[in-house]
Amino acid sequence: MTEDFSRFFKPGCVHRQLYTDPAIFELEMARIFGQAWVYIGHESQVKKPGDYFATQIGRHPVVMVRDPEGGLRVIRNQCAHRGAMVVATDKGNADEFTCCYHGWTYHLDGRLKAVPLNHGYPRDFKVGDPSMSMQSVARVKSYRGFIFASEAADGPDLEESLGHMTTSLDDMIDRAPDGEIEAAGGVFKHAYDGNWKVYFENLCDAAHPLFAHRSSIEASQAQSDDVHSDGSGEIAIRQMRQNGAPYSFWESQVGIWTYPSGHSYLGDYHDDSKLVAAMKDSAFRDYLTALEKKKGKKEAQRILEVRRWNSNIYPNVSLMSQFQQLRVVHPISVNRTVVHTYNFRMKGAPEQMFRNTIAFANIVNGTGSLVLTDDLEIYNRIDMGLSSYGAEWLQIGRGYQSDIPDAHGGRKGINSTSEVYIRNMLDAWQGYMSNGRSAPAARAAS
Amino acid sequence: MARKQKPRAKISAPSRRRVAPPRARAQRAGTALDLHRCAQFLEHEARLLDESKFDDWLKLFTADAWYWVPSEPDQADPHETVSLIYDDRRLLETRVRRLASPRMYSQEPRSRTSRVVANATIEDVEGRAATVRSKFLMIEYRREQQRLFTGTSWHRLVLIDGAIKIAWKRVDLVNCDAPLDGITQPF
Repeated sequence: MTEDFSRFFKPGCVHRQLYTDPAIFELEMARIFGQAWVYIGHESQVKKPGDYFATQIGRHPVVMVRDPEGGLRVIRNQCAHRGAMVVATDKGNADEFTCCYHGWTYHLDGRLKAVPLNHGYPRDFKVGDPSMSMQSVARVKSYRGFIFASEAADGPDLEESLGHMTTSLDDMIDRAPDGEIEAAGGVFKHAYDGNWKVYFENLCDAAHPLFAHRSSIEASQAQSDDVHSDGSGEIAIRQMRQNGAPYSFWESQVGIWTYPSGHSYLGDYHDDSKLVAAMKDSAFRDYLTALEKKKGKKEAQRILEVRRWNSNIYPNVSLMSQFQQLRVVHPISVNRTVVHTYNFRMKGAPEQMFRNTIAFANIVNGTGSLVLTDDLEIYNRIDMGLSSYGAEWLQIGRGYQSDIPDAHGGRKGINSTSEVYIRNMLDAWQGYMSNGRSAPAARAAS
Repeated sequence: MARKQKPRAKISAPSRRRVAPPRARAQRAGTALDLHRCAQFLEHEARLLDESKFDDWLKLFTADAWYWVPSEPDQADPHETVSLIYDDRRLLETRVRRLASPRMYSQEPRSRTSRVVANATIEDVEGRAATVRSKFLMIEYRREQQRLFTGTSWHRLVLIDGAIKIAWKRVDLVNCDAPLDGITQPF
């Protein structure tokens, strides 16, 4: 494969090969997921010593684990002997990790502890040899409890890489009256036949809901509110109706911001007063009271005025603070992707707020959702379309060359249906792919 | 006529919202909710779904019914943990209305489904209400792909004016916590 990735871009266009070529996918795993700060999990998923959570960096199985000293580690989920995956369950608590094949046993920090039939290995074999361990991932860092890891020993540190996106992570936490959140309420794992980038490219797409989601918009608009609901259906139907806002809303009443390293968010979104039914909703009123009590009126107001929909931290995590959602993208192959979605409980908030979070998750991230199923269909169809010859170049030119510089080093779309966030991600893509760094040498796409 | 089956005294709890189990007792002859009638009802329900008669399917539910497909085995609650589907009556109506929409792109082309329900047992019976456990297999064919779903269904059936209605239905898929492609067909 030639190293000149600029040939895949024309002004406002990207070549379909980026989404269909297995060789490009392999390079992405090495150069993007092998370099970037990749989201692993939240510290609340491993509270006690021995708690572990098994996940992946790209396709590499890793384990996030709380060691006996309370430290947080991310180690490769692989035995140093014959390479078998050691931890076989998604989560749990362990005193040590043992490979099921020959019984090699590891400390929670990955160091080899004991080996049966020790004497039979070569003479220089030592249990204490650091190379004989479940290897630590090169760099692991927490931003206020959100754990990221990078497989590259060198490179920008986490906060530099996150840049202005730290404010979106802050927003997740600041909304909790007690200033703390915890992962809770299970996980969705939804899958589609299509490239991982397609998912990310939809999360800030304000031009699609009114069309793609019309079946759920129309069905929810026709729904009588007199029919019994225990509250969860009400949240869901409100969300579906909101997707039916007119194009003028999507065009001008929200905004799209992008930042270096491929990050973006859809902001100026509906405010809390519209979203949670606000002052009419007793749960939200109680929440507001709790927030003001803990943080003061002024700070509570500042917090609620951060009105972001999806914040996307390239390359693998997207979060949504108002309903405390977080989605992690796991590329499986060039045309297969699995997305894990998590929910967070805001400490100090009324319990009903968490129930609303669950109801919202079901309708926005649920595998059987009335909304998401149409998105998954679109990802599949994109893959079917792009896999054929004909339309070689995809248009990503909405709002091309009309971006507005932002005070935090980013670019804001001329309007909220600008495809600036796709071009911005592809700039980062080109940077990582060309020189292993997110700083784009050239902005071919934009 | 199927032989009457003695309900088991101890009942596994499909949900904390289940009506508290009474001291289970075999129903006397003539009780409307016997196993045979319940099993026939489940087959009727499966047929409505196979024939995409979703409006008629909806009519099987009570006015405050709920329909639940948990995301975890033994999931205790639909409000504290996410669910593949958790519809109160209002959302269930919206789901069924959408299934009829020509703009439901995830049903373009439409799925064809084939369901088998079997192994029905009455787990709990109390006057005009019974909890029925059954097994199902559902094959979905759509756009050159065939998927197989299987698991356990729990129906809370109630007799209203002589007709059986579903007060709640819980469907435990064996692979509920697996990565799953989109689910559009009710089980």
